[in-house]
Amino acid sequence: MPIVYRHKTAMPCKDPEERRHNWEEVAEGYSVERAVAEAERCLNCQDPVCEQGCPVNVPIRDFVRSISLGHFQEAADTIRIRNLLPAICGRVCPVEHQCESRCVLFPHQDAVGIGRLERFVADWERTHGTGGETTAPTVWRDQQVAVVGSGPAGLTVASDLAQLGYPVSVFEALHAFGGVLRYGIPEYRLPKEIVDGDIAHLQALGVEFVRDVIIGKTLTIDQLIDELGYSAVFVGTGAGSPVFLNIPGENLKGVYSANEFLTRVNLMHAWSFPEYDTPIVSPRRAAVIGAGDTAMDAVRCSIRLGAEEAHIVYRRSEAEKGARAEDFERARDEGVVFDWLTLPQRFLGDEHGWVRGIECIRTKLGEPDDSGRRWPVPVPGSEFVIDANLVVIALGTNPNPLVPRTTEQLDVDRRGCIVADPATGATSRAGVFAGGDIVTGAATVILAMGAGRKAASAMHDYLQRETSSDAALATEEAGERG
Amino acid sequence: MDTTARIVEKRDLNDITKLFVVHAPLVARNAGPGQFVIVRVSETGERIPISITDFSRAAGTITIVVQEVGRTSALVNALEQGDAFLTFAGPLGQAVPLPEAGHSVLIGGGFGTGGLFPLARELRSRGVRVTSIVGARSAALVILTDLLGSESDELHVCTDDGSLGFHGLVTDRLTQLIDWGAGFTHCFAVGPMPMMRAVAEATAGRGLSTMVSLDPLMVDGTGMCGGCRVSVGGKSLFACVDGPFFDAHQVDFEQAGDRLTTYKEQEQLACEFARQGR
Repeated sequence: MPIVYRHKTAMPCKDPEERRHNWEEVAEGYSVERAVAEAERCLNCQDPVCEQGCPVNVPIRDFVRSISLGHFQEAADTIRIRNLLPAICGRVCPVEHQCESRCVLFPHQDAVGIGRLERFVADWERTHGTGGETTAPTVWRDQQVAVVGSGPAGLTVASDLAQLGYPVSVFEALHAFGGVLRYGIPEYRLPKEIVDGDIAHLQALGVEFVRDVIIGKTLTIDQLIDELGYSAVFVGTGAGSPVFLNIPGENLKGVYSANEFLTRVNLMHAWSFPEYDTPIVSPRRAAVIGAGDTAMDAVRCSIRLGAEEAHIVYRRSEAEKGARAEDFERARDEGVVFDWLTLPQRFLGDEHGWVRGIECIRTKLGEPDDSGRRWPVPVPGSEFVIDANLVVIALGTNPNPLVPRTTEQLDVDRRGCIVADPATGATSRAGVFAGGDIVTGAATVILAMGAGRKAASAMHDYLQRETSSDAALATEEAGERG
Repeated sequence: MDTTARIVEKRDLNDITKLFVVHAPLVARNAGPGQFVIVRVSETGERIPISITDFSRAAGTITIVVQEVGRTSALVNALEQGDAFLTFAGPLGQAVPLPEAGHSVLIGGGFGTGGLFPLARELRSRGVRVTSIVGARSAALVILTDLLGSESDELHVCTDDGSLGFHGLVTDRLTQLIDWGAGFTHCFAVGPMPMMRAVAEATAGRGLSTMVSLDPLMVDGTGMCGGCRVSVGGKSLFACVDGPFFDAHQVDFEQAGDRLTTYKEQEQLACEFARQGR
């Protein structure tokens, strides 16, 4: 019987002082010894409730057991049954709200580090294993499928349907694939070579990737179906439209949406300007408004861009923050200052149109709102100014309007989200399915993958029904002719 | 699906302004007057928006006009016939709403003149009378008068130094024509921000409905980043998905012009860096 520890096996990380100045991955990953030690903490429950906490139902108990036995390839194969992007999910899933929150060890001990183990297996396979062989399709079908958007939802649909033998084309508006994995999540949290690896894997499976094509502009959904002959379309265009505060001074120079700031940094490599041509305002004092994952990404990027002081400004308290615990702690270790219970009132500018600070007011928490979080109430007379020459607004995103605006008979709700059946992703248009943030509003990578998984299965059913009704029609016509 | 966008023709309009006819059938397929493309020409390069000067669905081509103003436009203008763009994405933005009748005056400043042609052609095909006014600092910088003239009932050329046509600004000519009773019903202006602002001020007092094509800084061009937001009637709108044409009398030109200067320092640095030959 191995010695079992109460605490999660520590994740080796780069020193905070060192990592403030570079973009290398912060969490270095488990060694074989650490992974086995952590896996041995798992009780191998008869009824693995952790798996119910996973939106794609990874067989967690079985892959963790394989790790504890040192059977790493077997562990990788087990994960792949349900999750094609384990290296990504192992890094970015909010595990403390999902699988790990269900672990029976918790709260008496730390939950098993399921996310860290998933990452270990995926990384081990990439460096040691077969490189992640996926079952090649045994049949090639003739109904083509179009996937709009190459983010987590789209990649999952592409992967599932390609394995079933459908020719799949993925259309991406930008010049690089991966959606939020590419433009949103920074290199130090998700190295882009991992995203590249997963895309290459799907290409090897026969998936066609088309970049620089904006569905809703270059081609409409109707053109994909009527003119280009796609039999089914999956819309996974994400929640791409940034939310602003609509307070005075928001258009001063140096005020960014998180989407713009992160896209300049991650997609366009503004951090290595002028080797790369895309510039970004050099932060001295940075302030990021919001306390979700995106806000943590933005504030930690601002530190890496050279900010001497970097603030998170949030109108509620620490308890209500949306960010993953791990990223919050790493931000804190890197020296981020947290201004909780602080509501921005207006942005202050200098005589040249540059932002120089945010006028804020303190809040106290009142009654819970619709989301169950306590509503912040301004405290009169508590106004103060946070100095900043770079401000990032990370308050979430709305659905991108390009597809809904240009697609006939596609129902959207009052927020602009596409209305889709949660079980199947089916929309108001036959043959058009949707999933991920374009349906739910801004959420997580793994939820988008979960939606993609369900939609892929429903699309397969739909396409098979279409084939059989075509066949029936053909028989009928033949009968009539006869 | 082939998204290669290859240059089939390149013409020097003057020392710093080039015209490219690009074979990009996928972009030409849905293109309309007033839209733009986003281009990228090197792996380490920026994405920049460029107005569509002409499109032919039949030939599968898009024509663009690029004036060298910085690092990226210099890289574009160094491309030759046969070269391909790394990214040539579009058509982006909304097609400009055009009238069905009346007398439209189209005003082009500098290389902005390129963006007017598809408007002129569409207006004329609807039976709208078209008067075009194009301006530049001097004769050498006046471009595309042949092309625009072919779809205009009247064409006026203005130069700041009087070296060609009317001696003065496009707005001077515009107000003259209005005061002489030209009877314009609609005005469309494409050019540098100060010119469009001057046009807006000139037409506001005369009650002439005016649309301008704004060219703020952009990254993705698909509504994702909000970097191109402009104040129109007190509301923040995105030039890439809500524009690029807006009601000139509602635009906050002061702010729009100022936001264009965000990366002035970095642009100099980038040009310096390029001169030293990376």
